Amino acid sequence: MTVRDVRDVLGARVLVGEEYLDREVRSACGSDMMSDVLAFSKDHSVLLTGLCNPQVIRTAEMLDIVCLIFVRGKKPDEAMLEMAKERGLIILATGHRMFSACGMLYEAGLHGGAI
Amino acid sequence: MDDVITLNYEVSPDDFTRAGEASSDVKSKLKQMGVNPEAVRKVAIAMYEGEINMVIHAEGGRITVEISPSEIKMVLADKGPGIPDVDLAMQAGYSTAPDDIRSLGFGAGMGLPNMKKYSDDMVIDTTVGVGTTITMRVTI
Repeated sequence: MTVRDVRDVLGARVLVGEEYLDREVRSACGSDMMSDVLAFSKDHSVLLTGLCNPQVIRTAEMLDIVCLIFVRGKKPDEAMLEMAKERGLIILATGHRMFSACGMLYEAGLHGGAI
Repeated sequence: MDDVITLNYEVSPDDFTRAGEASSDVKSKLKQMGVNPEAVRKVAIAMYEGEINMVIHAEGGRITVEISPSEIKMVLADKGPGIPDVDLAMQAGYSTAPDDIRSLGFGAGMGLPNMKKYSDDMVIDTTVGVGTTITMRVTI
């Protein structure tokens, strides 16, 4: 599926990267612990997180994450949005809780990467 | 073919939000140099975890990266407290990081295991009370 599909499934807002919505995503990872994300994440991934600090953007950068989704209404600040822009990252925001957001994407066909 | 490019970074102890700047810089330089993406990814993750560790545990330190045609060597040196039991520290899930670090998304006890996982070779040289030097190599 594409990031556009992800956005539609979650009814999410696009905060950064509107121009990249056709990018393909193949797997997803949901966590507030960045070290776990760094251990398990796969290529062409989406990262769902409720953690909201600059290290989330850096983690996404190191892993070539395609799209970051902030759940439960978390709002990244301007500095984080600027970092994401510089790195060509897409940022979505949704009011859904982590569990629900992951479930909706899973049901729509986006699965976690096999470890 | 024996050109080696050396990059040096000072890791600042004060500001957790800036941790990762060195890794970010190395990643973009390797990309520009056309190094294969899998190696770039491995270097980026291993070094980033190391950089975070230096900020959490060791009040910063110094990172030297040597890029040769066959491998990327990262040397992360700090004057922190040292690691009393390396085998224990290498266990996934073991952490001595303070709780406030966990609220920032780190301190899950995955740092050193991740560094080992993503590097092709890792050597830890540590002395309690003196500091730690970790050398990691990734084959290109």
